[in-house]
Amino acid sequence: MTLTAHVPSAVQRRRLAYRRRQTVRSVLVAAASTAVLGTLLVVAVTGAPGWDRVRRSFLDPTIARDALPDVLTGLWLNLRLLVCCAVGALLLGLLVALLRTLRGPVFFPVRALAAGYTYTFRGLPLIIVLYLLTLGVPGLRLAGTPSVLVLGALALIVTYGGYLAEVFRAGIESVHPSQFAAARSLGLTYRQAMRHVILPQAVRRVAPPLLNDVVALQKDVGLVSLAGPIDAVRAAQIATAESFNYTPYIVAGVLFVLLAIPLIAVTDWVTLRAARRAGR
Amino acid sequence: MPPVLTCRGVRKEFGGQPVLADLDLTVAEHEVVALIGASGSGKSTLLRCVNLLEEIDDGVIELDGEDISDPRVDPDRVRRRIGMVFQSYNLFPHLSVLANITLAPRRVHRRDRAEAEAQARDLLARVGLADKADAYPDRLSGGQQQRVAIVRALANSPRLMLLDEITSALDPELVGEVLAMVRDLKADGMTMVLATHEMGFARDVADRVCFLDGGRVIEQGPPEQVLGEPVQPRTRQFLRRIIDAGRL
Ligand SMILES: Nc1ncnc2c1ncn2[C@@H]1O[C@H](COP(=O)(O)OP(=O)(O)OP(=O)(O)O)[C@@H](O)[C@H]1O
Ligand SMILES: [Mg+2]
Repeated sequence: MTLTAHVPSAVQRRRLAYRRRQTVRSVLVAAASTAVLGTLLVVAVTGAPGWDRVRRSFLDPTIARDALPDVLTGLWLNLRLLVCCAVGALLLGLLVALLRTLRGPVFFPVRALAAGYTYTFRGLPLIIVLYLLTLGVPGLRLAGTPSVLVLGALALIVTYGGYLAEVFRAGIESVHPSQFAAARSLGLTYRQAMRHVILPQAVRRVAPPLLNDVVALQKDVGLVSLAGPIDAVRAAQIATAESFNYTPYIVAGVLFVLLAIPLIAVTDWVTLRAARRAGR
Repeated sequence: MPPVLTCRGVRKEFGGQPVLADLDLTVAEHEVVALIGASGSGKSTLLRCVNLLEEIDDGVIELDGEDISDPRVDPDRVRRRIGMVFQSYNLFPHLSVLANITLAPRRVHRRDRAEAEAQARDLLARVGLADKADAYPDRLSGGQQQRVAIVRALANSPRLMLLDEITSALDPELVGEVLAMVRDLKADGMTMVLATHEMGFARDVADRVCFLDGGRVIEQGPPEQVLGEPVQPRTRQFLRRIIDAGRL
């Protein structure tokens, strides 16, 4: 049997044509309104009485070019720190969340310790943790003390690990207990049920907030420069001090946004996918 | 040969309230026992106790003559010999039908993947779901999901199947396909304990019907007798209510 292709009726053809015209119209309207708003903004800013002075001190192309190499070197440090700290904090957060969900009296001290950790490090300002680790620990003069950079990364990991642990825990607890009962009644052990049934569902549900925390981490890794290492913002600050011009900050800011765009796009995409999955 | 399942004097309390009190039940090999009783009479609780999902407060439960209520017994080892199917299917939504079925054979029984999948496809084909192997649970009808849940329990080659109101969440026209599957299992000689509100189903597949009330089995016997000429006033009262509700 061969199926003849469906030929749309006259009514359907008219509907399709109408929808096409509507789409073209919407695009034109959007483009026009964007152009109008953009022009108004440019006119308002460049027409301001102080615009020339602001442009000279914030948007100087020569200074931007001179500052770029140093700022880029700093950004490379940000990037490496981000990757290490994100991986470290995700692993630590997952581990702490799993410890907090353990049941049974044997695990009381472990649970208490994990709970104490999340309470402490979610409450403690990052800067204080950073100073304690990067200035306090080397002060002990122990043999084998890691470099300030490693200590700074550790400070970021323990702080963000506390937030991520709570996100993971919320995910684990959002999976209905009947899933656990079903897994156990198949003979899976506690660990197997967690690993193959509970965690995959939990992580999928909390992927958007987890990634959101990683985006926030991206901005906070720069704080290690308080302890010495030179990140992009610190490099911009040095360049600014040399030239008495704020352009290097703009350079660093633009680079940060460019760096964040892919991460934010991934977050949006994951969120959208999660929403679709839940909606169907 | 000892019975497959023996419950002696089983007691289970929730917050000081006894739900099962001094309950006795024996299930022989190849026997199908239906548990009936009012909502809240403890049918699900009994099945969950047998599967060691709940700890009992007194009494003894034996599987093939082995005391499984002994705290030294490894519950995972016991559960591997028991298949349980729930009212709400409880398939794993993040896994395909095939992965749902092969999870326990692969992780618990350490079978290799190809072998486990071949067995799963074989079981699926037998219940007419061969084409659903790669689908995800949320793309199946309720009846199909429940049949997959039964196949998943069967993939462990259990000694005993516990079915807890497996048709209550289904539309009437989907109930038939699941019941047909249970009938086939019975024909294959599977030992089963099923909790149900469908008296027709109990009459149809059960060798014995047990009426639970006040935390114990107060009447049991062949379906025709318990459902047709009950002796106990409580059983009569229960059945009258069921008839009035049009469920018999
Ligand atoms: N985890 C629990 N905590 C407290 N009470 C519980 C728990 N599980 C069951 N119960 C109580 O135990 C009693 C028996 O419940 P159970 O689910 O075994 O009844 P059932 O016979 O299966 O009822 P139904 O026919 O409605 O499924 C009910 O009163 C219920 O509220
Ligand atoms: Mg029940």
